[in-house]
Amino acid sequence: FGLWSTKMFQEKKRCCVKLSVHPSRGLMDEKFTVLVQNVLPGFQLTVYAFYKCEGGYSWEAFAHYTASATGAVNVSEDPSRGGTYSGVEPMGLMWSLRPVPGSKSGLRMRKMNVQTPMEVTISVYQGHLTEGFVDQVPLAAVVVERWYMAPGVRRIPITEGGLTATLFLPSGPGPFPGLLDLWGGGGKLVEYRAALLASHGIAAMALDYLTPQITKETGKMVDYEYFEAAYRVLEQHPQILGSRIAMLGLSFGTSVTLRMAVYSQVIKLRCAVCISGSHVQPIDGSHLFVFSLLSFFSNADKTRFNEEQHVIWRDLLMPIPTDASLKVDVGRLRCPLLLVVGEDDQNWPSYESAMDEMMQRAGNEHLLTVLSYPNAGHLIEPPFTPSARASAFKTISNTPQTVMVLWGGEPVAHSVAQEDSWRKTLVFLRVNLYGGSQPGAKMKNLL
Amino acid sequence: EGAPVSLVRARWLQSVVISVTPSRALVDETFRVAVQNLPPGSPVTLHSLHRSEDEDLWEAFGHYVSDSRGTVSVADDFSFGGTYTGKEAMGLLWSMSPVPGSREGLRLRKKNVCIPQLVNISVYGGHVEEGFGERLPLASTLTERWHLGPGVRRIEISERGVRGTLFIPPGPGPFPGMLDMWGGGGGLLEYRSALLASHGYASLALEYFTAGELKSADKEFSYFETAFNIVREHPQVIPDRVGLFGLSLGSLMASYLAAESSVIEPRCCVCVSGGHLYPRGANLQQLFRAYSSHSHKLRVDEHNREIWRSINLPIPEDLSQKLDVGKINCPMLLVNGIDDQNWPTVECAEDMAHMMRAAGKEHLLTRIEYPDAGHLIEPPYSPHSRATKFIKDVILLWGGQTKPHADAQEDSWRNILAFLQKHLYCTQNPKAKM
Repeated sequence: FGLWSTKMFQEKKRCCVKLSVHPSRGLMDEKFTVLVQNVLPGFQLTVYAFYKCEGGYSWEAFAHYTASATGAVNVSEDPSRGGTYSGVEPMGLMWSLRPVPGSKSGLRMRKMNVQTPMEVTISVYQGHLTEGFVDQVPLAAVVVERWYMAPGVRRIPITEGGLTATLFLPSGPGPFPGLLDLWGGGGKLVEYRAALLASHGIAAMALDYLTPQITKETGKMVDYEYFEAAYRVLEQHPQILGSRIAMLGLSFGTSVTLRMAVYSQVIKLRCAVCISGSHVQPIDGSHLFVFSLLSFFSNADKTRFNEEQHVIWRDLLMPIPTDASLKVDVGRLRCPLLLVVGEDDQNWPSYESAMDEMMQRAGNEHLLTVLSYPNAGHLIEPPFTPSARASAFKTISNTPQTVMVLWGGEPVAHSVAQEDSWRKTLVFLRVNLYGGSQPGAKMKNLL
Repeated sequence: EGAPVSLVRARWLQSVVISVTPSRALVDETFRVAVQNLPPGSPVTLHSLHRSEDEDLWEAFGHYVSDSRGTVSVADDFSFGGTYTGKEAMGLLWSMSPVPGSREGLRLRKKNVCIPQLVNISVYGGHVEEGFGERLPLASTLTERWHLGPGVRRIEISERGVRGTLFIPPGPGPFPGMLDMWGGGGGLLEYRSALLASHGYASLALEYFTAGELKSADKEFSYFETAFNIVREHPQVIPDRVGLFGLSLGSLMASYLAAESSVIEPRCCVCVSGGHLYPRGANLQQLFRAYSSHSHKLRVDEHNREIWRSINLPIPEDLSQKLDVGKINCPMLLVNGIDDQNWPTVECAEDMAHMMRAAGKEHLLTRIEYPDAGHLIEPPYSPHSRATKFIKDVILLWGGQTKPHADAQEDSWRNILAFLQKHLYCTQNPKAKM
């Protein structure tokens, strides 16, 4: 009888608890509000998020709350007393997601298919739980969709001119400003940031430049012509404004962006965004620079390891050279540049590179804006997804190997850096790509 | 200065931004439509366009003037003309009508609830009245309107002779349940049940005769009881918390079940645009024959649209022609439009109240009646159609004026959800329990 009445009581209680998330379908960079209602005042509960990624791995986040005098918990306003995040964190359930206990090590969450949403199950459990969620029945659960593509954004694979790329056009007739989106040394065609930029009104092309089809077929790395061909696709597109094209690069992508911005005769950028990278690279007049960059960045002598044997590559480019032939001459830049760096970047010396005063000496520092984030690591990505302090990385070379790379960053500070830098990046792009005819205007209100 | 007007316009054109927040929403959620980067004080037209599953185009528009910062916010600003006026956040949806040149008598109803309704929202320069298709907007964006929330499961039901679709909310459950019945057009319409499931009710959309085939309506009473039990017996449904929801003929069936069934006990009943005129002991076929016998009282308006309202007026005194509503034992919510031209729903509601009062059951009844609302009171923000094709080429007059009808849909849905929450969710005060 006791068991039956407990079940009845639990059913009645479960029946009352109301859990809602708004919006239930949102963009990846939109905040949501998680509301629990109709519990008793002072009721202890755990809000739990669960996500099964494309690779089949399970991720979870959770936080402990105590219901208010009105019998409610609002995750955006109330403090978490413990869990995978603490304090008031509206999006903690997303950025503090981590692989469930017993998972393979070195995982990194990246959505490769942007045409479907990320589906996260958010539940509420009685009490302050830290484990065994799978064995308990929650009081309530809802599903939330998180999208990289806004309604009406069009995804167009690009293979012309030997390119391996995907163009995302915003909703509407256009014309739109354009952007070339470059990721880093891991290669592959990674679409999610370009999809998100298109959801914000910028025609963005994600470009695979390390592992494109043409390199797989010929064995040769790409050169200037490849990036110039990608630029031309944007410039000549009937729905893209040829005079308003930007480039955005992360990590190795920064090396490419700065190289093209200064030395390409074809690429004329309205502005550039460089995340977690450096201007340090051998400049020898050759167009076969990708290959030489990869060699330059493989100086094994300066590789270090931490106690967990994670690879630290930041010293490869240190100290920042004074030799001009080893740095992109950023003094020659003619367009606004936004640098985003994490001060705990263990992979590239991005902070030290940003502090190298070449533009000050050349007199074009009015074009430069630096966003520097304490305790943030290397992988500064769009907000509200988890960051990994270290993860498995497969190197691009004739003998590829998988190593555990230390990216750096403390989770809360890194998540703050992602949210803040993304917002400011969008403002920077909007002002320079949509704004009036003064491309040199400095971003006073960014800082 | 000196630049061609088209170039100046092109430069201005490039930076206008239109946004709809949220860009993906349930059909009963509001959105905020905003335009930025316009020159201050410029006249613009906000326009919505939707291509229905039947390939018809529906549109609405409002005339605005940008403020000193060059913005327009539909939720905060006034429309000075178009298909709606005043401060109307959702006017671009509820004031939609078929574009000029469309077929006659159209009604907008979603068939496939697994994909959203796509609505294009654009902004045009100037106060435009027509010819939107031939002009280039300054900016446009697409928004999705869903009947199905994320995680809601859709289960096709074909068991014990019952046909329908069951929608189960996400989560462990168990959930209160609903039997959802539409009206005399027949067929299987899932959209209201999908929406109810998105609000936490396990809802079965019931098919009880083939679309447009009144002759096929041969279901006996037991069909509806079996359908109710299918919901009740589902492992994720709380057996003593199953309600009834009906519109028009479906509402009549709901009242019939609540009054006459000795097999099922609905927890509560929502009756939209229904009545209680039903020859006792009749089945559906006999019911239709009874109505047909009054068809000489049918009127048509100046456009030859049929007004069925008077067919069953005056409300008969003869109790054998009416449901014995005094036998109802569950809370009833009656939602009606005072301008209903299809059914004398308000007169029926008045008579039902009278009969229930006589039986001491009046405390169970809640009546809401909306001035200038018509027969088809649907979930909010769906367009109003004063008259549409019903079966074959007959056009029925449903009644209602667009703005009051839209208000009635919005207000009644809120009241309906509150009524369901009260009777199917927290029926006990949890504080008392503890």
